[in-house]
Amino acid sequence: MLKLILYRLVMAIPILVVVTMIAIILIGFAPGNAAFTILGSSATLEQVHELEHKLGLDLPWYEQWLRYIGGVLSGDLGTSYINGAKVADVLGQRLPVTLWLVGLSTIGSAVLGVGLGTLSAIRQGAWGRVVDVVAMLGLAIPGFWLALALVSVFAVDLHWLPAIGYTDLFKNPGQWMLHLILPVISLSLAGFSVIAKTTRDAVLDVRSRDFIRTLRANGMSRGSLLFKHVSKNAGVNIITVISLTFITGLTASVFIETVFSLPGLGSQASTSSLAGDIPMVEGVALYFTVIVIIVNVVIDIAYGLLNPKVRAA
Amino acid sequence: MTKTDVVRTIRRSKAAARPPRHAGFWRRLLRRPVAIVSIAFIALDVIASYAAPLLTPYDPVKQDLKVVLQMPSPIHWLGTDTYGRDELSRLLYGGQQSFEGVLIALVVLAVVSIPLGLAAGYFRGWVDFVVSKISEIVLALPNIIILLVVLTIFTGSMTVAMVTFGLLGSAGLIRVIRGATIAVREELYVDAARVSGLGEGIILFRHILPRVLGPIIVQLSLFGGIALGVQVGLAYLGLGTPPPWPTWGLMIQEAAGKILTNPWLLVPPGVLTGLLILAFGLIGDAARDAMAEGQSRNVGKSTRKLDRERLELAAAAELAAPGRPIDLDTDVVLSVQGMSVQFEVDGERSTVVHEASFEVRRGETVALVGESGSGKTVSSLSVLNLLPANGFISAGHAYFREVDILTARPHDMDPIYGKRIAMISQEPMAGLDPAYRIGNQLDELVRRHHGLKGAEVRERTLRILADVRLPDPEAVAARYAHELSGGMAQRVVIAMALVGEPELLLADEPTTALDVTVQAEILDLLRDLQREREMAVLFVTHDLGVVADVCDRAVVMQQGRIVESASVADLFARPRHPYTKALIAATPSLVQLPDRGDAVPAESSQA
Repeated sequence: MLKLILYRLVMAIPILVVVTMIAIILIGFAPGNAAFTILGSSATLEQVHELEHKLGLDLPWYEQWLRYIGGVLSGDLGTSYINGAKVADVLGQRLPVTLWLVGLSTIGSAVLGVGLGTLSAIRQGAWGRVVDVVAMLGLAIPGFWLALALVSVFAVDLHWLPAIGYTDLFKNPGQWMLHLILPVISLSLAGFSVIAKTTRDAVLDVRSRDFIRTLRANGMSRGSLLFKHVSKNAGVNIITVISLTFITGLTASVFIETVFSLPGLGSQASTSSLAGDIPMVEGVALYFTVIVIIVNVVIDIAYGLLNPKVRAA
Repeated sequence: MTKTDVVRTIRRSKAAARPPRHAGFWRRLLRRPVAIVSIAFIALDVIASYAAPLLTPYDPVKQDLKVVLQMPSPIHWLGTDTYGRDELSRLLYGGQQSFEGVLIALVVLAVVSIPLGLAAGYFRGWVDFVVSKISEIVLALPNIIILLVVLTIFTGSMTVAMVTFGLLGSAGLIRVIRGATIAVREELYVDAARVSGLGEGIILFRHILPRVLGPIIVQLSLFGGIALGVQVGLAYLGLGTPPPWPTWGLMIQEAAGKILTNPWLLVPPGVLTGLLILAFGLIGDAARDAMAEGQSRNVGKSTRKLDRERLELAAAAELAAPGRPIDLDTDVVLSVQGMSVQFEVDGERSTVVHEASFEVRRGETVALVGESGSGKTVSSLSVLNLLPANGFISAGHAYFREVDILTARPHDMDPIYGKRIAMISQEPMAGLDPAYRIGNQLDELVRRHHGLKGAEVRERTLRILADVRLPDPEAVAARYAHELSGGMAQRVVIAMALVGEPELLLADEPTTALDVTVQAEILDLLRDLQREREMAVLFVTHDLGVVADVCDRAVVMQQGRIVESASVADLFARPRHPYTKALIAATPSLVQLPDRGDAVPAESSQA
C-alpha cells in the first residue's frame, strides 16, 4: 500500500505541473485577450502592451511558469489583476466555506445514500425501484437549477430559510447551519442518487456471492453477514463513489456557491473568471487540484483497509 | 490443439475470420422503447431549435414592453419575460447553442478517445504507457475549474469551452475503450485477421471497434447529458454568449433575478434541460442493458412478498399432500417427500425439480448424481432453505429431523445452520470471504457455536484446522483466501462446516474445482471425518468415480427427476435406468471394472 501512496505522490508532480501551466500556455494562444478583458474593449493597443508588460505576460512562457512556481513554493500565488489582493490570502479565507459545503453534502449523501441503497437491496421490490427513480432525478436535475427552485419555495414563498449569504460558524452556529441547509441539499442530490444506486448494486452483488451462502449455511448470524461481511466487501465500490461525490461536489460548488452567494472558492472562481482575473482562477484550480490529490491518497488508504489484496501491493 | 493449429483452422474457413455479428447491438438498442422515445425526444428538440423561425412568429430578441412578465396564454404559450419577449421563442432559439455545444464536446470526445483508446489497448507497450499516464493526469484535473481558466482567457467562447470539456472527458473514455480493447484483442479472430495479413489499421477499425462499440455508445450518451448540463451551467454563470441572444443558461439567470415575483420563468428552461439530460442518460442505460442482454439484474419482487408467496405455497403443499414428519425414533436425518422446485424468470415459472423423494440416514453418505442441469444442486439448496430469491419450492416436503424446512422462515433456520446442517461449497475460493483472514472467519463461527471466549476461541479454531489436516494451522489462520492454494482453501471450507459439529453435511461438488491429486486427498479426508463423527453426508456430484469411492447410496437425477435410487454396489452391478447405464459407460475409470460387490474405481482407490 505504501507503494501505491508513493505512486500517487509521484503522479502529483506532473498533475501540478500541468495545472500551473494551463493558463500560461493558453495566454500564449490568445495574446492580448487577458489585458483586453481587464481594460475593456475600448482599450488602445498601447495600453494593452503596457498592462501586459506590467503583469509579466510578455515574458516567454517558461519564464512566467518558473516565476509562478517559485512563488507557489514560497506560499505566494500572485496578486489579483483586479484589486491587487494577495490570491493566497483571499483563497485561504474562502477555503473553509467550500470545505464545509462540500464536506457536509458528501457526508449527508453518503449516510442517506448508503442507507437507502442497503435497504433497497435487502427489501427489493418497490424499495429497490425507488433507487432507480432517485437516480433518474439526480441525473436529470441540474444542481444550480434545483438550488433556485428550492430558494423559490423555501426562502421566497415559505420564508423558512435564508435565500442567500453566509455566517461564520464561530460567530453564530445557528445562522451558519440555516444558511447551509439549502446549498447542502442542492449539492447533495446528485451524489446521493449515485451513492444509493451503487450501494444497492454492490450489496446485491455481494449477497449473491457463494461465500455469503456458505457462511450462512455454516451458521454465521444474519447480522454479522450484512454488517461485517457484505459491508466490507461492498465497501470498496461504495468508498470509490463517495470519493467521486466529493470531487464532483467540489467542482459543482462553482455553481451552487454562486446561486447562494456563499463566499467560497467556487463563487470566487466564477466571478474572477468573468472579470478576467487569471491569478485568482488559477489559484482556485491549484487549490482544487491539491484537494483532489489528498482525497485520492485518503481513498487509497481506505482501499488498503478494506481489501487485503490492495494492502499487499 | 495448439494455438497455431487453431489459427490455421480458422484461416481455412474464411467465415471465422470475420468478427462475430454485432449489428445485433444496434438492433437490441433500438428494440427498447425507452431508447426510441429518448432519441426521438432529443431529435425533436434539435429540429425544433433550428426550425424555430418556422415554428414561432416571435423574434427571440425583440422587446415588447407592453407585455412583460405574462403568464402562459394562448398568445404566448409559455408566457413572456422581463422585456416582453416570448418565452417559447427564446426557448426554441436558445436550444441552438446548447446542441452545438453538446455536439462539439461529443465530436472532440469521440475523435480523441476512440483512436487513442484503441491504440493503447491494442499495441500496449510504450503507446499504452504514454496514453494511460496522460489520461491519469487529465483525470485528476478539476474539470469545471479548468473550463473557468479557459473562459477567463477566451472570454465568452462557448466553442472553446466545449472543445476543452470534450478533451478533459476523453481521459475517462480512453480508459474504458482501452480496457474493452485489451479484452477483445486476445480473441481468436483477431489472431486470424493478423495472420491473414490485414493491416493494423483495418484490424483496429474493422474488427475491434465494432466489438467495443457498446461501451463507447454508453459513455457518449452519458457524456452528452453531462455536457449539456455544463453548457447550461456555464451560460448561467454568464460565461457564454452575452445577452440578448437567448441561451437556456441565460434564461435561468434572468429568471433567478425575478425569483421573488415570477418564479414561473425558471420552469421552461430548467425542465427542458432536465428532460434532455434525462433522455441522454436513458439512452446510456438502454445501451448498457442492450449490451448485457440476458443477464439482467433487476431487483424483482420485494423480499417480503416472496416470503409470503413461499408460505402460501407451503400451506397449499401441506393441504394437497400432508407431509409425514420423521419418526424421531428412527435414524432418518433428512426426508425429502415429493419436492418440486420452480424458478421464476421474467414472471414465468418453470419447474426444475419434479417431485423428488429420498432419505438420508445417520452416518450414511448419499450421492446425488447427475449431469449439470439435472437439478441436483437446486435440490441440495432447497434442503438448506437457501434457494436464490427467484426459486420456490412449489410442492412436497423436506424434513430435517423435527423441522419442516419448507415452512421454515429465516429465523427458524438460525439454530439449524452450522450446528445441525452445514455445507461445503463447490468453489473453495469463492466459499471464503476474501476480505477477512481465515482465522477471523472461523473464530466467529467458533464463538457462535461453542460460546467460547478469549484465547479459547483461537485455540479451538487452530484445533479444527488441524483436524482437516492442514499442516500449519497458525499460518493458515493468518492468511486471506487468495493466499491459499485450492486444496488448502477446500480444507478450510470443510473446517468451517465442521465447527458446529453438524448432523448432516451437504457437499456440493467439493472436489470438482481441484487438481486430480488434491481431489483424492480431499475425498479421503471427507470419508475419514464422516466415519469419525458419524455424520450424514449428502454428496452432490456428477462424477460416478467419486460416488463409487465415498458413497453408500446413490440417487440419480436426470432433467429434474429422480430416475434411480439404489445402494452404490447395486447401482454399479445392476443399473436399471438407461440414463444410469449411460453415465456408467461414460465414466472411463469404471468401464473396465470387474463386476464385484465393492465397486471401487482403480484410479482413485486409496482406501
